[in-house]
Amino acid sequence: MNRSLTQPTNLALGLVLILLIALPFFAPNYYVQFASKAMLMGMLALSLNLVVGFGGLVSLCHAAFFGLAGYMLGFQSPESAGASLWLSLPVALLVVAAVAAVIGTLSLRTRGIYFIMVTLAFGEMLFYFFHDTKIGGGSDGLYIYFKPEIALFGQTLIDLDNSRSFYLLVLASLVMTAGLIRGLVNSPFGHALQAARDNERRALSLGFPVFRLRLMAFILSAMIAGLAGYFSAAQFGFVAPQMLGWHLSATVLVMVVLGGMSSILGPIVGAFALIGLEEVLKSAFEHWKLIKGLIIIALVFALPGGLQQLTRLVLPKSEGPHTGKDSDNQPVEADHAANLGSLSDPMTGLIQPPMTSANAKGLQHV
Amino acid sequence: MSALLSISDLRSFYGPSQALHGVNLEVKRGEQIALIGRNGMGKTTLLKSIMGFMADRRGEICFAGASTLKSQPEDIARAGMAYVPEGRGVFGSLSVVENLVMSARPGVSGQQRWTLDRVFEVFPRLTKRRMNGGHQLSGGEQQMLSIGRALMTNPDLILLDEATEGLAPLIAQEIWKTLGIIRGEGIATIVVDKDHRSLSKVADRMVIMTKGEIAFDGTPATLATRPDLLEKHLGV
Repeated sequence: MNRSLTQPTNLALGLVLILLIALPFFAPNYYVQFASKAMLMGMLALSLNLVVGFGGLVSLCHAAFFGLAGYMLGFQSPESAGASLWLSLPVALLVVAAVAAVIGTLSLRTRGIYFIMVTLAFGEMLFYFFHDTKIGGGSDGLYIYFKPEIALFGQTLIDLDNSRSFYLLVLASLVMTAGLIRGLVNSPFGHALQAARDNERRALSLGFPVFRLRLMAFILSAMIAGLAGYFSAAQFGFVAPQMLGWHLSATVLVMVVLGGMSSILGPIVGAFALIGLEEVLKSAFEHWKLIKGLIIIALVFALPGGLQQLTRLVLPKSEGPHTGKDSDNQPVEADHAANLGSLSDPMTGLIQPPMTSANAKGLQHV
Repeated sequence: MSALLSISDLRSFYGPSQALHGVNLEVKRGEQIALIGRNGMGKTTLLKSIMGFMADRRGEICFAGASTLKSQPEDIARAGMAYVPEGRGVFGSLSVVENLVMSARPGVSGQQRWTLDRVFEVFPRLTKRRMNGGHQLSGGEQQMLSIGRALMTNPDLILLDEATEGLAPLIAQEIWKTLGIIRGEGIATIVVDKDHRSLSKVADRMVIMTKGEIAFDGTPATLATRPDLLEKHLGV
């Protein structure tokens, strides 16, 4: 678990960060843009993992929050100038938060596989809202001709047209959101969230308002997804309904599982790995998707805890409790079906074969 | 002293099937109640109904002067009740200390008698395991942690289901000792366990349940004079 970082881990993280800061100063422009895109996917995966990994809630509508924020930037961008980031970003995030509050309030009343289905349905509703109405240009999407402006008293602070500046801003946002999530996970709020994932009934018995905690986590997670979507729309200057679709939601879920759900930075690693893998394979093979699938299956078999396991092989083991997903499977109460703890298990059980024997139980309960 | 918990004509349902058929029970402040009976007689259902986990419960439940029949579990917990369910439900991904600290809060009347140090004093075993993850503990240690976590909420009433189920005799001894300490603190408890002999040594009252009803409610001394009841309802 990445929650109590050891010194060598910190050192390694520092090195990676220095490398990432230095990257735009020596890498060709294409790779700078590519890395920006990967970092934004990493941010999206990071946000999803707050609810999936630490909350035990498998959401399939996070792309909708990502895309919605993109559209919000599109709506606020004038034809002949950039929107002010100071105004358009908070507006985008507030709209996402409001939508997430509605979706969360309704979907968090369900458990396990039903939660997955309900979030999927809401995500698709948003997809078709933009796909089938003229409001955002329908299936053609919307162009954002000018990148948002970050100015103070008429002076441009950061020029987002410069791909290096854009990259560094995205990097800074990613580091900040990772720090935020790390702080949250280790806070009383985060502990309660994990407790509710481990055993919902027990958390309720201790007086934790589980529904409210989950709703807060869901909204916050949606807002981080929105931040990634806002920057993503700014980067490509284009938003389309596909940005909200379940395909992206599922891809991000794969990134999270691939990187490792029990760690904070794992999803970022997963995002880089998946996007990097696609990039390499695309240029080398015609049927690259087939090879990608095989590689993912192989990775999941070899590293059931995700790519973040690799760091454990290199770095000394960090002390601290390990995520005890297995503990959900002890006979807790008669109607364990109501226990949300078992919900993440069927999901991981499908993707992580080494855990299936323990997870088969979880599936039965659902 | 007035009743801390009073239940009258409580009927609980699992869908169409009725599990409790009109239960009446009173628990005074600081009183220790032993709830015994065969499996499937409604002991756990009664605890779940008191804690608010049975969605369909009818009749009347009053806790600390307010009706809790329609309340949610988290609100009932905040009113001063703690529940240690069967199977413990330790939070596996949190350490022993985290499990305890996250639960800490002053009681309803502001009492803060139970702190981390106090719990470690009562359960020295947990001290050695303080940094271990919840899922690395033995069954006995989990039960101690689960009780310790309940105590950290400084409750007025603890519901303890299958207190010593599956625990080694030596560990069970420690749990019984702890129940004595809890009683000394003036915290009311309802304890479910198979070991009616140990229960009769610590409890103020013995309550026997059968088929969703209360068949006997009296002191351990009274029950001791009625071996026929034990034979009939417990098969001993």
